[in-house]
Amino acid sequence: MVGWAIALHGGAGDIPIDLPDERRIPRETALRHCLDLGVSALKSGKHPLDVTELVVRELENHPDFNAGKGSVLTAQGTVEMEASIMDGKTKRCGAVSGLTTVVNPISVARLVMEKTPHIYLGFDGAEAFARAHGVETVESSHFITPENIARLKQAKEFNRVQLDYTAPTPKLPEVSGDSQIGTVGCVAVDSAGNLASATSTGGYVNKMVGRIGDTPVIGAGTYANHLCAVSATGKGEYIIRATVAREVAALMEYKGLSLTEAAAYAVEQSGPRGCCGLVAVSANGEVAMPYNTTGMFRACATEDGYTEIAIWPKN
Amino acid sequence: MGRWAIAVHGGAGIDPNLPVERQEQAKQLLTRCLNLGIAALRSNVSAIDVVELVIRELETDPLFNSGRGSALTEQGTVEMEASIMDGTKRRCGAVSGITTVKNPISLARLVMDKSPHSYLAFSGAEEFARKQGVEIVDNDYFVTDDNVGMLKLAKEANSILFDYRIPLGCAGAAVTDSPIVMNGLPISIYAPETVGCVVVDREGRCAAGTSTGGLMNKMMGRIGDSPLIGAGTYASELCGVSCTGEGEAIIRSTLARDVSAVMEYKGVGLQEAVDYVIKHRLDEGFAGLIAVSNKGEVVCGFNCNGMFRGCATEDGFMEVAMWE
Repeated sequence: MVGWAIALHGGAGDIPIDLPDERRIPRETALRHCLDLGVSALKSGKHPLDVTELVVRELENHPDFNAGKGSVLTAQGTVEMEASIMDGKTKRCGAVSGLTTVVNPISVARLVMEKTPHIYLGFDGAEAFARAHGVETVESSHFITPENIARLKQAKEFNRVQLDYTAPTPKLPEVSGDSQIGTVGCVAVDSAGNLASATSTGGYVNKMVGRIGDTPVIGAGTYANHLCAVSATGKGEYIIRATVAREVAALMEYKGLSLTEAAAYAVEQSGPRGCCGLVAVSANGEVAMPYNTTGMFRACATEDGYTEIAIWPKN
Repeated sequence: MGRWAIAVHGGAGIDPNLPVERQEQAKQLLTRCLNLGIAALRSNVSAIDVVELVIRELETDPLFNSGRGSALTEQGTVEMEASIMDGTKRRCGAVSGITTVKNPISLARLVMDKSPHSYLAFSGAEEFARKQGVEIVDNDYFVTDDNVGMLKLAKEANSILFDYRIPLGCAGAAVTDSPIVMNGLPISIYAPETVGCVVVDREGRCAAGTSTGGLMNKMMGRIGDSPLIGAGTYASELCGVSCTGEGEAIIRSTLARDVSAVMEYKGVGLQEAVDYVIKHRLDEGFAGLIAVSNKGEVVCGFNCNGMFRGCATEDGFMEVAMWE
């Protein structure tokens, strides 16, 4: 009998070490708050599917992360959100893309999994489905923050595709070109070995309308089976081609690697430095949170009392 | 210099009572597409180009469920999706929700080659298509009378139809004669007929592609396994894979990716990898796949009743088949 474990992230990327307090503290506080929520839920016996969904909902509602409210903007200044969720024991999954008015995309992904014979719904069809199921919707303006308007402007000025995370100050983003924060996610395992993973995002700043990233692609941004649950973040195009989330499980399964080894290897092999990070838990209650970017907003806790909330590597 | 190999498929899961003339039509189409691919390979066209041109042929022909002849959504329209992957650098491109682009596989290729992204969908993909100047047609172009009839049938049965053209009269007989079931439906009203192609060229480069109209009577916006890299399509330095069958089973088992993963991490050959994933990865699901290796091998595997397929290798082997 092993204990429960939970890990969550608010995106991996080029997070500058000199991130000002007013930008760092709210995020750290949010991570702590979400971790506490998740831990309470696990302690009260909630299934990891419920735990990961509720944690991701909380992250979606927080305007400082790139999911739900606070999502980065498309090239047309709009929001297109996507999410996916997966249950390790049954490998059932649900995913959505192109949501524009749904307050909590992760919950729609869950509904797709539980209420349709399909796995993945996108765009108008997904919005219609959400309405038919009475999920909370709002005006698109709800999701748009001044920070993200500024980011889009900046990205257009530099005329390149950018993952969310440059300080939208007049300073040039001297922190190397592509800062990549995208995505929030949560993975959890309970003491019965039930596993789940949930991931949600607004995608890339200045992305083409209709662009789909790794987040809703099962095996890329999200994966869970009987061995582990994984949620990835970073440059979507790399994560897709490297099937990062699936990779962790495949390495454990086919090469007998431990969670820590498999997770580290999957990140390393995903692409050049600066392209991704992930959080993962195993059926045995272990946690891994590797990344090859400057930092990753992350938090984790295990039943034996270990807790971590961090952004950069520990010294 | 390696040897080339190619395989094509037109869907896994076939009713044993499929009318003979339809079997013949399918075989002829598969043969024609194989020959197209073979001719190209003999003139040293690269694997990725061969995959694209063969799938274009399959999309253009109304027989299978892709491009023209695609299954219809619940609203009687067509929404197509496709993905393509180049094993050499694992570059990939995918599209979903395509309604006016004549050849979705080519649009997927353009996403891979000409956009900063890997996957575009719905209106964004359509806009990209127009900017790229690809051939655009009305949605009607893709709709065939056959499929209008099938949609009616599916709605009457109030079930999701995976694309099947058994004439109405036979359906009843088929149900009692063939108790085979896929996705909870009798095989007579289930057969995906997604198309795909995998190729390894003389340089040992592998590529794969898959294209489909999806499920008959599907919800608007429904995305299946075909455009999902790792599920319906995958290619690496070692192999190229294209899958077809029950989308859910293919997605949750990341079927295409697993063939390569098993080769990479267990160090086994293509046949063993394909056998392994078909046997152990699908749980209760039904699916099939075609695969080539960088060594010039070609393998087909499926755990359901039949798969429309054809394969050929440089040393002269050629086979078009439907059953075991």
